[in-house]
Amino acid sequence: MDEFKTPLLDELEKGDWPSFVSEIKKAAKTSPGAADLLRQLELSYKEKVGHWKHGGIVGVRGYGGGVVGRYSDVPEEFPHVREFHTARVNQVAGFFYTAEKLRQLADVWDKYGSGLYNMHGSTGDIILLGTTTENLQPCVDELSDIGFDLGGSGGAMRTLSCCVGKARCEKACIDSTDIIRDLTMHYQDVIHRPQWPYKFKIKVSACPNDCAAASARSDLAVMGVWRDALRIDQEAVREYIAKGFKINEQVVNKCPTEALSWDAEKQELNVCTEECTRCMHCINVMPKAISIGKETGATLLIGGKVPVVKGPMIGWVLVPFMKMEPPYTELKDLVDKITDWWADNAKNRERVGELIERVGLANFLEVIGLKPVPQMVKAPRHNPYIFWNPEEVEKRG
Amino acid sequence: MSMVEINGQQIEIDEDGFIVDPAVWNEGLVSYFAKQEEVPELTEDHWKVINYLRQYFKQFGIAPMIRKLCKDTGFTLKEIYELFPSGPAKGACKLAGLPKPTGCV
Repeated sequence: MDEFKTPLLDELEKGDWPSFVSEIKKAAKTSPGAADLLRQLELSYKEKVGHWKHGGIVGVRGYGGGVVGRYSDVPEEFPHVREFHTARVNQVAGFFYTAEKLRQLADVWDKYGSGLYNMHGSTGDIILLGTTTENLQPCVDELSDIGFDLGGSGGAMRTLSCCVGKARCEKACIDSTDIIRDLTMHYQDVIHRPQWPYKFKIKVSACPNDCAAASARSDLAVMGVWRDALRIDQEAVREYIAKGFKINEQVVNKCPTEALSWDAEKQELNVCTEECTRCMHCINVMPKAISIGKETGATLLIGGKVPVVKGPMIGWVLVPFMKMEPPYTELKDLVDKITDWWADNAKNRERVGELIERVGLANFLEVIGLKPVPQMVKAPRHNPYIFWNPEEVEKRG
Repeated sequence: MSMVEINGQQIEIDEDGFIVDPAVWNEGLVSYFAKQEEVPELTEDHWKVINYLRQYFKQFGIAPMIRKLCKDTGFTLKEIYELFPSGPAKGACKLAGLPKPTGCV
């Protein structure tokens, strides 16, 4: 490797935290692509301008997505990043791998690519950073041999993602990893063959702590929840208090809906289930004493997203409670109705939440066959006046 | 960007192999791009898709959305992939000489 200096990037190695610059430097010892990547980035920092061309269409047989084309706009200077495509590889649900599987993956990627990864991208995928057009097909073929498949890109259902769920967490209300595996298998066609106006994301968090960031980062968020009461182990509550835990300060007064009360005389913590919004705060601070209810299922939220037509939107409740049992037919039917309607009506690059805002929730609900319920109210109205067209008054009664 | 010679004609293509100037497209070029996109033999069905894309592009100046392509040609998306293994955007649009569809974000 030629000697090269990157004074501006070196600044990003300072401090007590990991640095992507240090990681790329390590890779640069064996990968000419990684070395040119650093050189090009140093130039970008110097000139304050990016040196990747916009877009690029590359792919592999039978797939309409999963690979994002990347070309340098200064290829003469940095020939090893002339083509530096990104491959999205569908991660294992909940991110569980054996060391052996990761080694197999690394062997393939060392052979065909730069050796650089994002584990994991915000889509959830394993992102393989930097390969050539020529190497794409053999790389994906060998990934397939070791059991990996590409993820989604473009106007497709994007790689589905979830939290660790029941595999590793006592708060899990639903089996998030199983749901994601099942949906991934079921939706192979729309994942690999983009056919929609833009992306559609589904993420599953097994409880309202939302470790998969489903409410903010997915068009359809499936959030584990329970509909009966919190389970409170009064003995365990008293143990917390005996150790100096300030129950009023740390739990009761922080309950956003004042659903909890502490009976100092009886030494009992009580919950008013009708008031409880399942915010998880009490469970998170007293995990040994308070746990989720027994009757579990999911709340579905619609419309979460970040970029393009409008700014970021957070998902709002579409279905307050749905049972989650294999084969998840009710969920799949609903997803199909939503995506069919959206694909038929959306403008290019318009996400489902934006379309609903444009045409109105009432129209959307009518098509997918859901009755309006109070939980669907995203925010109170700012404008107290409602303008009804005469036909609408007739139609809606 | 680079130049390739097809049937004695110098054609400029971009790094993804798309024709840079859609105006230079002619039917004689299609078999060259078919080879690039692993279409072994051009059938009537291929031409139906190619002609549809040309017509749509001529009228609207852009490529149609994929659902529209399927509806108007009567092919399912699966059939489109059987005809063009690299898909409608990379495969069919390239053969039809349409400008490169925008990349994914």
